[in-house]
Parts: sequence; C-alpha cells; structure tokens
Amino acid sequence: MFDNAYEALNAEGDTRWAFGTGFADPLSGMDTAVPAGVDAADLAAYCLMLGDDALIMSHRLQQWCTCAPELEDEVALANIGLDLLGQARLLLARAGKADGSGRGEDELAFFRSDREFRNVRLAEVTNGDFAFCVARLLVFATWRLALMQRLVDSDDPVLAAIAAKAVKELAYHRDYAARWVVRLGDGTELSHARMRNGLDAVWSYVEELFAAHPVERRVGVDPSTVRAEFDGVLTEVLAAATLSRPEVDGLAGVSGHSGRDGVHTEAMGYLLAELQSVARAHQDATW
Amino acid sequence: MTQKDGWPLYEVFVRGKRGLNHVHVGSLHAADDDMAVRHARDLYTRRNEGVSIWVVRSAHITASSPDEKDPFFAPSGDKVYRHPTFYDIPDDVPHM
Repeated sequence: MFDNAYEALNAEGDTRWAFGTGFADPLSGMDTAVPAGVDAADLAAYCLMLGDDALIMSHRLQQWCTCAPELEDEVALANIGLDLLGQARLLLARAGKADGSGRGEDELAFFRSDREFRNVRLAEVTNGDFAFCVARLLVFATWRLALMQRLVDSDDPVLAAIAAKAVKELAYHRDYAARWVVRLGDGTELSHARMRNGLDAVWSYVEELFAAHPVERRVGVDPSTVRAEFDGVLTEVLAAATLSRPEVDGLAGVSGHSGRDGVHTEAMGYLLAELQSVARAHQDATW
Repeated sequence: MTQKDGWPLYEVFVRGKRGLNHVHVGSLHAADDDMAVRHARDLYTRRNEGVSIWVVRSAHITASSPDEKDPFFAPSGDKVYRHPTFYDIPDDVPHM
C-alpha cells in the first residue's frame, strides 16, 4: 500500500499489479487547495466531466472481458480499461475535494443518478462488435489525448499532474486502436465492411466531443480548439486503413443538451445499473 | 495463416530494469511480428517488469532434442577442472 497515487507511480520494483490499485485515497498527501484565480465549482465540474468520461469508457472496455476475439486482445482491452479507471479515480477524487462536498471517489461513482453524470455520450453507447470497439477507442483516445496534452499546463497543479500521467497512457491506447483500424480496414473484404460499419456507427457521437460546455471554456480546454488535431490524426489513420471519412450527422441533443449537461442515451441507465448495483446493495462493504 | 490454424506462436524475452540479459518469460499468439511486440507489452510487462522486449516466432527456434540429452550434456558432468575453483583468491580481492 502507498500513501498516495504519486508515490505508487514512482515506486521502484513495486509489485502492484495495475495502476489504480495499491492505494486507498488517490490524493492523500497532495496539496488539494484550489489555487487562487481558479473557480472551485468550475474546477470540480470539469474534473467530473473528464472523470466520468474515463469511468464510463472503462466500464465498456471491462465488458469485453471473456468476450474478446483473442486472449491477447482481451488482456490489452482490460489494461486500457484499468488505465482509464485509474484516471477516473484521480479525477473524481479531485472533483470531490474541489467542490468542498467531501464526497469520495466511490460516492461519486456509485451514488449518482444518470442525470448527474457528465460524460460524453460516445463513452456510454452499448458495445457493438470488435470493429466498433476499436473505432470508438480510436476516436476517444485521440480526442482525450489532445485535451490532456493541453491540460498538462492547467492552472490547477493536481489536474496538471493527472494529465501528465494520462498523456502516456492515452498515447498507447490511440496506437493500439489505430493499428486495429488499419489492420481491419486494409484487410479482407469482410473485415473492411465490418470496420466501415463500426466507424459509421461511432461517427454520430463525434460532433458532441467538440461542442464546448461553458465550464470547459472557463476552466479547462475548449474542445473545439483540438478539432484540427483530431481531424489530422483521423485522416492519416483512415487513409492507411483505406476507409473514407464517414458522412454521418451528429446525434442531436435534447433541447440542445447532451452528455456534458447530464442528458444521456437510453444505454446509460442500464450501464449504471450494472456499475452501481453491488455498491448500492452493500453500502458498508469495503474492497 | 488460415482460420483453422489461428495466429502463429511467438516466444517472448524481456529485459528487466536491472537485468543485463533478455530472459524468456513465456509465449503468445500474434498475427505478425509487430503485433507480437505489442501483445508482449500487454501480457508480460503489466507489472512494471521490463525496459526491452524481444519476440521471435517459435518456429524459428532450433532446440536440442531430449533424445540427445546424454551425448550432449552428460560428458560435461565430470569435468570439475573446467570450473575455476582451483585458485586461491587473495583476501583483498573484492567481488569474487
């Protein structure tokens, strides 16, 4: 056990089996005072957005356990899910500290309703086939990597430190997904068609990623500023995969509201039921 | 590669932080060399074990045969003079 996550990250020869384990309070020992000039409520709301993205995407990746096409890829997807779970722990803990509510990571993950979650809808969509999985992961990791690369310079030193850790992880996630998109897209007639369908299905959730919420503009990175970088990466990968860019309209919100406002798709309720049922049934349990 | 045979088998060698040599750690399946290195990263360096990975197709390894065990290895069993144990090491020589 380590006192905090940063000690665990830097440990030499440690035997922890994955990041996200081996510590009880992700931010213990950190100076979690909100720096002057940063609005605490905005910072908390922003960390919740980024934390929820990671938590929900992690859950979808975990659902691939025992279902992946090859054992090796099952472990790879679980590793990526664990990386994101580690990011979620840090970000949710940061949100609970910054908003002054004292809510811990578990309380935020397990005892909020779907309207209180701030993740983008891309993360929550039900798992499709493996092609859909890698298409979604490519889009998610490319977008999130671009955001985290900028958040390394955040005015909040805690968020900056979390971003610095996330950048290395996301670079690998993007690489993993891109290689599979190229392999399937530039593969057989069947794999190309499946990849085509997976990418098209993912694409209706792309517009939302770049629509800035007021909180993102004020305290974080305005996602519309990373659109060009995202497009550049996707153009390169899709060209190598012999896939054209999808011509799919973005999924509309409800009265202009979407994931960042707590307005989700039908899949979100079922996902949360699975994610939260054990914690809600056994409220005093520890693990 | 056919559907029936699946992906070929690879052997994985990892060099640890303080290790001087790559050590055989196990095997895995992959469609090609490039994928094998990445699978090795995902399967065998999860616990912070490695700083370098080698992979090689198992089919490319030539191994000694168990049938040849005696002619191969038994003759060296009684050649104690091949071990450098017949020297007196001065007390002031460290690290021996």
